[in-house]
Amino acid sequence: MANLTDRIKISDRLAGVAAWLVLQFFRIFEIPLSLIQRIVGVRGMPWIFLLPNLAFFGLFVVIPLCINFAFSFTGGTDLFLSDRIYTGTEQYGFLLDCETFGDPITCREDRFWKGLYNTATFTVFQVTFLVLFSMITALILNREIRGRGFFRAVFFFPVLLSPVVVALIWKWILLRDGIMNAFLVSVGLDKILFFVSPEWSMFWAVFVSIWAHMGFYTLILLAGLQAIPPDLYEAAEMDGTSKERVFWRITLPLLWPNLLVVVVLALIKGVQIFDEVFVLTGGGPGTATQFIVQYIYNTGFTEPVRNFGLASAASIVLGLVLFVLTITQLAATRARDNG
Amino acid sequence: MADTSTQPRTLKSLITARRGRGRLHWTDVFSYTYLFLGVLLMFGPVVWLVLSSFKTPAGLIEFPPTLLPLGQIEVVVEGYEKPLLLFDVVQEDGTTKQLAQVRRIGIISQMVDPENPDKTVRVPIDQRVKVREFRLAVENYTDPLKRFNFVGFLNNSIIVTTVATVITLLINSMAAYALSIYEFRGRNAIMLFVICTLMIPITVILVPVYLVVTQLGMINSLWAVILPGAATPTGVFLLRQYMLTIPKDLIEAARMDKASEWSIYSKVVMPLTMPAIAVLAIFSIMWRWNEFLWPLIVLTRTEVHTLQVGLNAFQGELNVQWHYILAMTVVTLIPVVVVFAFLQKFITTGIASSGMK
Repeated sequence: MANLTDRIKISDRLAGVAAWLVLQFFRIFEIPLSLIQRIVGVRGMPWIFLLPNLAFFGLFVVIPLCINFAFSFTGGTDLFLSDRIYTGTEQYGFLLDCETFGDPITCREDRFWKGLYNTATFTVFQVTFLVLFSMITALILNREIRGRGFFRAVFFFPVLLSPVVVALIWKWILLRDGIMNAFLVSVGLDKILFFVSPEWSMFWAVFVSIWAHMGFYTLILLAGLQAIPPDLYEAAEMDGTSKERVFWRITLPLLWPNLLVVVVLALIKGVQIFDEVFVLTGGGPGTATQFIVQYIYNTGFTEPVRNFGLASAASIVLGLVLFVLTITQLAATRARDNG
Repeated sequence: MADTSTQPRTLKSLITARRGRGRLHWTDVFSYTYLFLGVLLMFGPVVWLVLSSFKTPAGLIEFPPTLLPLGQIEVVVEGYEKPLLLFDVVQEDGTTKQLAQVRRIGIISQMVDPENPDKTVRVPIDQRVKVREFRLAVENYTDPLKRFNFVGFLNNSIIVTTVATVITLLINSMAAYALSIYEFRGRNAIMLFVICTLMIPITVILVPVYLVVTQLGMINSLWAVILPGAATPTGVFLLRQYMLTIPKDLIEAARMDKASEWSIYSKVVMPLTMPAIAVLAIFSIMWRWNEFLWPLIVLTRTEVHTLQVGLNAFQGELNVQWHYILAMTVVTLIPVVVVFAFLQKFITTGIASSGMK
């Protein structure tokens, strides 16, 4: 007991020290801001409070966004805009020049199209199975099971791991002499060189990203399930409604807004996939798991000749896709919160 | 089972089922099977990482791998300077005996009986088996501290995470304060603007932000990682939502007492917003600690690498030294695990209520 009270005292003292530090930190600004208030008056103060945040947004979001368009209409390899040559829509023409759009090889910039197709394939499979498994997990966790908190934590914790760590964990499992191949050999199969096969690389890219992010979507769906009023279920039970019918008529319709938000959120994240897969497969074999963000990264930052214009044009294409998705997401969120 | 006629036998029904009224229904069996397989699939890889990180390089290349980290036992034999490796050797009469290896020549190994060190015997190498014991290769963890810039990476990550989180909390809470406490012309326009910045993730503006950062002379400095992401629209939203619930009377009362606007913000509003601030702090710490693509672009010199970038650079090198990589991976995930263990409830409710990650 003595130990416990000691511990509480220590944590109290730590909290006290932290609070004191924060207070001192704020006090630094006290005098200059009082002076400013005297100059601009109370009515001007909201702008003063907004200033730092808006400055950051302006410097690192708004200005870059404008420069992005400027970049995409210029050529050459110089970074600074004044050195760049105006080329009009040449970059877009180069990106979008395809004989048949269904086949990346017929395009002038085939890596861009390969990246687009890979991203589309990845996103379709990843989002489908991600939402499916999150849904099943959320429905099971919503039942009256023992140790629910524990199981929820188990499914959730990979969300917090860094993409690099996630990729390294799975790379170690899937290596030629890794434990996955040991398992295959022990059940009488041959070893598989996962990262040499394009299909297996894509499969593991999808699998690993689902493994890492499932907990997040499970959590949102679980919150949605728990918000469904229990008396609806009780009424259905009293009427002797079959459980199948309860699912289709009560659970799914009431969960639908959350499900929509989850699907669009997963799409937004899926289209921007880079980190895990880059560390896991490096985009390989060849370009089998190279996605659109990696195309931008490679074109703009790793090629011997850095093509900033092309990278900008490609990122504007990506931006357009994301814009449509985000509008959908905002609409879906609004519908959920109002409905 | 008597009531199977009332229980639909489809896969869908088990997902809708809420409980089996005391009896163990097959949907319960399915649920628990699913959950335990889930535990295996979610925890297994991490457990395997931690176990592997304690293996010696020799233990790591073994196929099939052993479950636990094992090390071969060495014995000191009279008459030999160095400790010798111990093997189980099958004798001609079928019994096994423990012998120590003096040297190995091709497929023949010269061995000695530790109890009778004068006589050496020659044994074909396929007739001996290593004698091993459970042993943790702690040097995987201690060597990188000396041999690589691991401490530097760790330092950089800690600096980026702390400084960025402090800046984020300060400027986001200030903006949220302005947008929630004051009524002023242009407030809605600003809110719309913040929503718009939400739509522009860093992946869309990599090249121009790189230009801005270069113009500011911050390439290969930690500021290049800290500053561009410091103003977060999600943070402003979260804090504003919370501040809107603070009663206006409190602020009016403080104004009556001639408190300056800054004191109202720092002494009245901020203490009341602490729960939301804490949620944002945890998220910011996680974002920054795990950030990868942007640091990868702006931090090209090894001295300024953060843990994530350093780890990636290391695993991409030619002779991959997995024993070090695995150990460093474990170190990288420790802070996250600690934070999660203590703040699990906090984080999960934070995500469930704000829907951000």
